[in-house]
Amino acid sequence: MKILIKNGRVVDPAERRDGVFDVLCVDGKVAKVGKGLPAEGVDRMVDARGWVVAPGFIDLHTHLREPGYEYKEDLKSGTEAAAAGGFTTVLCMANTQPVNDNAVITEFIVRKAREVGVVRVVPVGAISKGLEGKTLADIGQMADAGIIGVSDDGRCVMDSALMRKALQYARGFNLLVISHAEDENLSGPGSINEGATATELGLPGSPNAAEEIIVARDIALAELTRARLHIAHLSTRGSLDLVRAAKKRGVAVTCEVTPHHLMLTDEAVRGYRTEASVRPPLRSAEDVAALRKGLKEGVVDAVATDHAPHASFEKEVEFVKAAHGLVGLETALPLCLRLVEDKVLRLPDVIRLLSAGPAKIAGFKGRGTLKPGSDADITVFDPGAKGKIDASRFRSKSRNTPFDGWPVRGRVHYTIVGGKVVYDEGHFNS
Amino acid sequence: MPPKNKDLLGIKDLKREQIVEVLETASRMKARLASSPQKLDDLKGKAVINLFFEPSTRTRASFELAARRLSADLLTMTPQASSLTKGESLQDMVENLEAMGPRLLIVRHGSSGAPGLIARHTKASVINAGDGSHEHPTQALLDVFTVCETLKITDYGDLKGLNVLIVGDLAYSRVARSNLFAFRKLGARVTCVGPATLLPPGLESFGARVGTDFDRELPGADVVMLLRIQKERQEKLNFPSLAEYTRFYGLTKERHARMKPEALIMHPGPINRGVEIDPDVADGRTGGGARTVILDQVHHGIPVRMAVLSLWGARE
Repeated sequence: MKILIKNGRVVDPAERRDGVFDVLCVDGKVAKVGKGLPAEGVDRMVDARGWVVAPGFIDLHTHLREPGYEYKEDLKSGTEAAAAGGFTTVLCMANTQPVNDNAVITEFIVRKAREVGVVRVVPVGAISKGLEGKTLADIGQMADAGIIGVSDDGRCVMDSALMRKALQYARGFNLLVISHAEDENLSGPGSINEGATATELGLPGSPNAAEEIIVARDIALAELTRARLHIAHLSTRGSLDLVRAAKKRGVAVTCEVTPHHLMLTDEAVRGYRTEASVRPPLRSAEDVAALRKGLKEGVVDAVATDHAPHASFEKEVEFVKAAHGLVGLETALPLCLRLVEDKVLRLPDVIRLLSAGPAKIAGFKGRGTLKPGSDADITVFDPGAKGKIDASRFRSKSRNTPFDGWPVRGRVHYTIVGGKVVYDEGHFNS
Repeated sequence: MPPKNKDLLGIKDLKREQIVEVLETASRMKARLASSPQKLDDLKGKAVINLFFEPSTRTRASFELAARRLSADLLTMTPQASSLTKGESLQDMVENLEAMGPRLLIVRHGSSGAPGLIARHTKASVINAGDGSHEHPTQALLDVFTVCETLKITDYGDLKGLNVLIVGDLAYSRVARSNLFAFRKLGARVTCVGPATLLPPGLESFGARVGTDFDRELPGADVVMLLRIQKERQEKLNFPSLAEYTRFYGLTKERHARMKPEALIMHPGPINRGVEIDPDVADGRTGGGARTVILDQVHHGIPVRMAVLSLWGARE
């Protein structure tokens, strides 16, 4: 099987490549990147003139909801949403029902994703059994079954001794430990940033310190254990400063930031808009500015969606009862391209944060780049295409987004996974 | 003139002129009530539903009486909030009520923002009768009305020079928020004092002065508004003991003696006697000095709520 992508602007940050080239894929791998590659014997030609050809995007933080919450999302709908958003690999979190805390569930996800999934699905296992924060999950057996890391995402491991053991133990299997940094005693029921908006609305707020305390703790534990720590959905200036300083000391810590924490402040919650109820909460303008600066300076290693689908009946409720989270796979690229418009980032930076950056964190060899020999995971998009975010057209089963109606640029035309066009101008081929 | 906003969800959304209009209407209502007959027909033939998800005696009774005085067809419902665990059923319930074609829905709910959520699912005008820690707009309106009536202020839109001191639980009190917004919009100076743990961030951004020293602010106050302490909730986290609270923030006899003689003492009720306020001070038995107008507040609840129901009920 040979695919030739002609005349696109090939942006491959890992290879420091940015220019008009052809990309030839043979049998699932990138075979050649060059000018005027011959089309002889090619099964499929893609004309990418005026578009960008990028390494397939990798989302470090997705909730696919299967097993257990298929009414919100499942492995098919979630991976379709991923493909439509230009993602070729997604890491799915363990807070399913039952929890992915043992090899049986991991195997189920891996197998089912292979059967019905449109893109690559890599599970993240739980740190603790049942996400209860009490005893370690079957981490080694899950590693054998295909997890690349562990996280109790959605919950914080509040017991520092257990978190230490998790880091030590995971290191023995060369697994990444992903921290949902939230001191739950301090954040309480807060799903809005502590500040004037929370006060005005009479909602319980969660202070930045609730996140920063755990970021500081987990960095200290990573130093102690020499394990690989990744901070999920980092949201405050203080957390970023902690990561920056830790990196300087040589601690193996990385972090991700979500598009929504880069685009919105806690003002988005006004009117009790539950679509904007997320954990960690949307922060202040000062935090947003700091996160954007962190992207620019390279302290932030990746942009991740924290795609968290919820049914409308879980969102159309009193604010404090609303499920936390928003869907993100299909809005990530256009929102990130706004950062280019806002002159925060250049286009290659956006692509790096969505491909090479996450690939490195997840330890994916031969992904996140178009270097010959790599997996032919490729996203072809038009960065200039004007449009509006239209939640009614999402491939995800859920519609919970505060970005509905936002004018944006950027349209994904093709998503190629392992040399196969899985998303083709709005159509899927699994 | 009926208000432009479909609903009355909070003072924050009201313009100064709208507040003044309610107060002027309340003043006319009060005069009309004073002359017989006491029954008016502003809401004749219109259905009003009192929807109280949270227990409340005085606010519910006050709204009921106001609606009856305006000849509304009144229905009072007190659904158990616990049976409504999913928003779907709250929505369902509102859609069912909607089918009965009410003109006004008066909503009390334990969750901030719930009346707004209900308002999105009904054509009726929703009047917020207190939601979570958010707002309690009619309480603030009747408080302002009481201040104006007692101090013989006739220009409701100009409270410049009036010093209002709000004391206690600024973090969880919906009465505090609504009063802060109302008095600020009308030009009064508002100072919030309480234990630092009950002073949420951002109060200054709403135009309040904020402090922790009750004794320092007390002598300058024209109005001292004491907020109810929710004993069960507060004692655990926000201050060490009720005794300590009273020592620093209770309106004791000693403190009462140091108030301006013409000042007013207010409390949205129900009072924790001996906690926020000394029983004798509450009942006006201390003689001389600042006046307690707690029962006047209750009394003015009727004309003010009649004004609100009449104005919002007149919307097409």
